[in-house]
Amino acid sequence: MPKLTIDGREVEVEQGTTLIEAARRLDIHIPHYCYHRGLSIAGNCRMCLVEVEGAPKMMIACHTQAADGMVVHTDNDKCREFRASILEFILVNHPLDCPVCDQAGECKLQDYYMEHGAAGSRLDEDKVKKRAKAKQIGPNIMLDTERCILCSRCVRFTDEITHTHELGITERADHSEITLADGAWLDNRYAGCVVDICPVGALTDRDFRFKCRVWYLTAVDSICTGCGRGCNIAIHVNRDRPHKAGGARVMRYKPRENPEVNQWWMCDEGRYTYKQIDHDRLTEATVEGRTATVEEALDATGAALRKAGDAVGVLVATTATNEELYLARALFAGALGGHAAYLAPPQGEADDLLILADKAPNTRGAQEILGEQAADPVAWVKEKGVKAVVVVGEAELTGLKAEVDHVAVIATHPGKATEQAHVVLPGSVHAEAEGSFTNLAGRVQRIRVAVPPIGGAVETWRLLMELGDRLGHPFDFAFEDDIFAALADQLAPFAGLSHESLGRRGAPLGSGTTQPAEVA
Amino acid sequence: MSAPKLLSANFGSEVSHRLDHYLERGGYDEARRVIAEVEPEQVIDQVKRAKLRGCGGAGFPTGMKWSFIPKGGDKPVYLAVNADEGEPGTFKDKYILTYEPHMLLEGMLICGKAVGCHKAYIYVRGEFDLPIERMEQAVAEAYERGYLGADVMGTGFPFDVVVHRGGGAYICGEETALLESLEGKPGHPRLKPPFPALVGLHGCPTVINNVETLALVPHITRLGADAFLKLGVESQGGTKLYCVSGHVNRPGIFELSPSVTLRALIDDYAGGMRDGAKLKAVIPGGLSAPVLRPDELDTEGSFEGLKQVNSMLGSAGLIVMDESVCMVEAMHTIIQFYAHESCGQCTPCREGTGWMRRIVERILAGHGRAEDTANLDSIARKITGTTICPLGDAAAWPVMGFVEKFRDEFEYFCKNGRSMVSGEKVGA
Ligand SMILES: Cc1cc2nc3c(=O)[nH]c(=O)nc-3n(C[C@H](O)[C@H](O)[C@H](O)COP(=O)(O)O)c2cc1C
Ligand code: SF4
Ligand code: SF4
Ligand code: FES
Repeated sequence: MPKLTIDGREVEVEQGTTLIEAARRLDIHIPHYCYHRGLSIAGNCRMCLVEVEGAPKMMIACHTQAADGMVVHTDNDKCREFRASILEFILVNHPLDCPVCDQAGECKLQDYYMEHGAAGSRLDEDKVKKRAKAKQIGPNIMLDTERCILCSRCVRFTDEITHTHELGITERADHSEITLADGAWLDNRYAGCVVDICPVGALTDRDFRFKCRVWYLTAVDSICTGCGRGCNIAIHVNRDRPHKAGGARVMRYKPRENPEVNQWWMCDEGRYTYKQIDHDRLTEATVEGRTATVEEALDATGAALRKAGDAVGVLVATTATNEELYLARALFAGALGGHAAYLAPPQGEADDLLILADKAPNTRGAQEILGEQAADPVAWVKEKGVKAVVVVGEAELTGLKAEVDHVAVIATHPGKATEQAHVVLPGSVHAEAEGSFTNLAGRVQRIRVAVPPIGGAVETWRLLMELGDRLGHPFDFAFEDDIFAALADQLAPFAGLSHESLGRRGAPLGSGTTQPAEVA
Repeated sequence: MSAPKLLSANFGSEVSHRLDHYLERGGYDEARRVIAEVEPEQVIDQVKRAKLRGCGGAGFPTGMKWSFIPKGGDKPVYLAVNADEGEPGTFKDKYILTYEPHMLLEGMLICGKAVGCHKAYIYVRGEFDLPIERMEQAVAEAYERGYLGADVMGTGFPFDVVVHRGGGAYICGEETALLESLEGKPGHPRLKPPFPALVGLHGCPTVINNVETLALVPHITRLGADAFLKLGVESQGGTKLYCVSGHVNRPGIFELSPSVTLRALIDDYAGGMRDGAKLKAVIPGGLSAPVLRPDELDTEGSFEGLKQVNSMLGSAGLIVMDESVCMVEAMHTIIQFYAHESCGQCTPCREGTGWMRRIVERILAGHGRAEDTANLDSIARKITGTTICPLGDAAAWPVMGFVEKFRDEFEYFCKNGRSMVSGEKVGA
């Protein structure tokens, strides 16, 4: 294992580790454009040049491997001088678009220029005219070749990750340009990722373009609910200026690195599910189709459940969090002596990268916590003799109302389930509550509050607790992590885990007892 | 300085490219003998002792290059012959392809024996119609008569050769861009390491050698290392092909001992300056080599000799300029070439070459500024040593050399808006 010195600090790394990665171990950030840990090494931007003592010239940190005894400088005068000249070269043909560029504020060219450039401009030659300024290259993607710094990340992504090869570089020298391959259209299922990895504003998302300046955004860790993979994401919310976006609070999802789950990527299908958070939401309670307060609705359902005695049941969709599932189980199957089952998750297509056929985020959690699936809800209530039922989440339900005395639905969007309901309670989506999901591979991962429940909606876990109160079984959980603690206490696979120990990257079921929980 | 003409004796011949003619001259005897009788290590050792230096530009010791090929690995070893000959001022390899294609093939066979290679590609510059035709004909003849194929000359040694017409870009002459191009990809130089000797064509160990380098190999085994070395200088064995172009009386190709001085090359072999004009500058080793002034020409025309004057022998293409040449204009020609030929991968080369070209164009148009000369020099310096392949350096060195040695001409043009030599501006 080579031991080397970087900026005066020693570090030991595995054979084959590059200098940029060795520096990362020491929390030393070496500026770079073309390097991306999820892609092959291109070494073309030359931004990461560092000084290696004894080497005849500057070395690129993204490709040079650590060797025993190496002495590396990443931020001395020489490095800063080289970095400034690389930036100057990049700017030779870069347009002064920042005021109208979506990337402004999250642009590596802006960032590094402020930090390392700032040379007096002598770049007054005419710029090379490129062909494509703001050209649509796929259903969701715009390309501006004038802004492109030719780092080839997008090309490598389509070559190495999706193997779809839509992008390439044509021409030579300073006429080089990113283009679509003949007849290609950037419509692969992960195309949005090229926007994430483009270090400048050359590739932008048509959905996000001009919607919001990035400095108004707050990023909150979460999990995509599009399928059972549970890709780690950041929810970008525009907390302060929803009036600028027609009331929309959530502006976009961005994938968040998790080597165990999604690496750096996410699929487009999942990426654009953020729209559901602010769209067509249930914002008020109804009783028998009439608007009611949440209190009135809870009272009505509480009364109906009490009347049914132990002939009560709960059907939970696999969109519910582990915490919600636990409360449903504890109340209905536990305290009330009734029944609890989960609804079949919707199915769709799978692929060999991330997308799974199970289109719900917490099917595994439901399996672990409720065990039983109600494949046919009507048959289930008949079989169990259930007279009053609470449905948590959306479901393709028909004919349920006719079989029981009372159907209450805690839901976020109008649909088949709410049509069946005597009582509708407006609950929370994943972006509106703390909690956790267990992905199909059995990894328990946290979701965080990005925005408060919309309108008159209430966190679903609170609604379940309120029902408990009304049925004489109050829970004494103050926060969602208390619920998780109770869950971990009672269900062996969750034992030893806690919201805190799940950290930013989650932990596998069972890991709480076998090994120290991973901390991100 | 009379040297035997190992390579060039038959340049211009109507028949030397035919197999029979080559056989009459003892052709393929060396390949047969080496393949049948000599151990690979002995061949490599002989080439090392002969101090054969690569003629593609870098002058890398050939024997050492061959010794980097791993022995007894499970992957096939390839030989890629660099016949791209794109360096301006260089026109030697096409003569070998045209007039001595079998000599090249024989050298390749010996190399194959030395490194355990059974498959070779000859990457020929796309525009070389006749050389390609001759090379293809030679390969076909050699196959037909058993000098190539599954059982070379009954020795049991298999050796296949494919002639590949290049894509036409200068950068494809850079050895790793050449490999990319051979693999059907755009000619973009690769990051090194790994070096081609370990990871080359299709991920297999690969030797890349210039045409002239390989054509000299049969002469080494025939003459022996010592005799071959004696033809050259201490640091470099054998003869060398020099290409002389520009304002001389007899431009052409000369096979000489590398002990020859550049001055002798110009005066004695190339017939001196045309029309009695006065010599102004010489680019000694293909376009990339830093320019020399008349007082720097008494240096030996070897790789080491040119290093002494901070230039390089490169591909041994001498471009001779007389006093009618405006150095600003000459530099425009040079930088235009590189700005056009940069593959566009690395930031400094891609952006810097075009930037310098635009500055020089502005100067030529009469809009030069006081700071332009210094800026050209500093831009060039910022390119050197920062790029994936040596093209960045190759573009920067001539600019630095021109500005250093003819600074007054640049400053004059910037200040007065016209050439110090012609008195006129040049661009629009
Ligand atoms: C931009 C560039 C262009 C080159 N063009 C050629 C060429 O046309 N022919 C050639 O033999 N070598 C060329 N080279 C040198 C090759 O990279 C390589 O060093 C050479 O083929 C090795 O052969 P040798 O060891 O026999 O010289 C070029 C190098 C660079 C950087
Ligand atoms: S479009 Fe973006 S990711 Fe693609 S090469 Fe250009 S700068 Fe890099
Ligand atoms: S130095 Fe120039 S030619 Fe060589 S790889 Fe970089 S951009 Fe391409
Ligand atoms: S990050 Fe190393 S060369 Fe681009």
